[in-house]
Amino acid sequence: MKLKFGIKEVVAIGIGTALFVALTQIQIPTPIPNTYLQPRMAVMAFLAAVFGPVVGGVIGLLGHALGDAMFYGSVWWSWVFPDGVVGFAIGLFAARYAIKEGGFTSKKPIVLFNVVQVIANAIAWIVLAPILDIVIYAEPVEKLLAQGAGAFLGNILIIGILGTLLCVGYSKIGAKSSSLTKED
Amino acid sequence: MAKILSYEEKDTWIHRLSGVTKLIFFLLWCFTSMLTYDTRVLLFMVFFSLIVFKISKTQWKQVGAVFKLVMVFLVFNVLAIYIFSPDQGTAIYGTKTVLFHIAGRYDMTLEQLFYEFNVVIKYFTIIPAVFMFLVTTNPSEFAASMNKIGISYNVGYAISIALRYIPDVQGEFTKIRNAQEARGIEMSGKASLMSRIKNTSSIIFPLIFSSMDRIDVVSNAMELRGYGKHKKRTWYMERALKRNDYLVIGFTVLFMVAALAVTFADGSRFYNPFV
Repeated sequence: MKLKFGIKEVVAIGIGTALFVALTQIQIPTPIPNTYLQPRMAVMAFLAAVFGPVVGGVIGLLGHALGDAMFYGSVWWSWVFPDGVVGFAIGLFAARYAIKEGGFTSKKPIVLFNVVQVIANAIAWIVLAPILDIVIYAEPVEKLLAQGAGAFLGNILIIGILGTLLCVGYSKIGAKSSSLTKED
Repeated sequence: MAKILSYEEKDTWIHRLSGVTKLIFFLLWCFTSMLTYDTRVLLFMVFFSLIVFKISKTQWKQVGAVFKLVMVFLVFNVLAIYIFSPDQGTAIYGTKTVLFHIAGRYDMTLEQLFYEFNVVIKYFTIIPAVFMFLVTTNPSEFAASMNKIGISYNVGYAISIALRYIPDVQGEFTKIRNAQEARGIEMSGKASLMSRIKNTSSIIFPLIFSSMDRIDVVSNAMELRGYGKHKKRTWYMERALKRNDYLVIGFTVLFMVAALAVTFADGSRFYNPFV
């Protein structure tokens, strides 16, 4: 686990949040109302995987709250917290992915990353978000479960595809030391 | 490009309040509005936030574009509630007054209309508060005054870096998107779902790499200037809490207690005019 909190983490939270907010404007629509594929989730997953749980969690919370406020003028709090949970959970295993060290190219960390993200998204959108929605907003259960399931599918899809690609790409390019091969 | 809400300098007593005061107001206001479904309390909140909105001299052109977007979401949400659960109102208020029948299990009931009316005004209590907070709070002053009330300056810094870099990152995003579109990459709804994900990634990849560079540059610059060496910092934009700040915080807390007392006086968070 990576709980070190230094200058780089402070800046990563700041710029990561800015990135998350700026990407709020790309939403790829799905057939379910009010639910979109959000590339910003893939970016958050990537940053969590690189910088650890605190950075991931705070980007999720702060980015979602700020992004909603700036683009939609209202904050849907029951969806802000699950986002933080996803970021935090993915970040917990940051040391195992070893993205900056160039380790995220073999099969093992990629599988781990995806298993973690699916579990985290299941907890966040199928359990946490509907419960918070029912407690806070007293909206109909059927609608919330449909929205939760939509968000779950959308997020595992976008993190699974785009998030994994980002991690692999950065791991390959970022790890310059291992890109040299010894000549005979 | 979507227009977003941002700080604009003006001289009203609301702008002169400390950022922390406005954050406390904003959070407690949201919290009250989340908990209550009491129509009387909600209507008062809508009325009150409109007055505050007027006092802050916020103009329509600052918030209009975002407001229209919120309205679209609001309509979607209200329709979705009806489609998924046309009897939610009856379940909550315990009576069923059918106005007219639509089809199948869809009756239009007075209770459902009243419940959805409450959902709508709940939106209207939050929207002005969000607008107010974003257009009247100076990000630098906000970070400074957060540190002033005892929150770690790392938190203040992270937030002010985020606010500071949102326009930069957005500008870069637009630049990259224009470049990719010039190369013939389709970003609109005409492309299929999978190819849209792929095309989006052709924007996100360069954006991520440049942002990772930016993180390195900014954190190195901060390190060179001795960031984090001491437990305390001084701030250029610092502003101590004044009389008005304490008055606003006091009012907000009192209001919240009163609103919740009125709401839960009859043991339920809903105001029921049907019994």
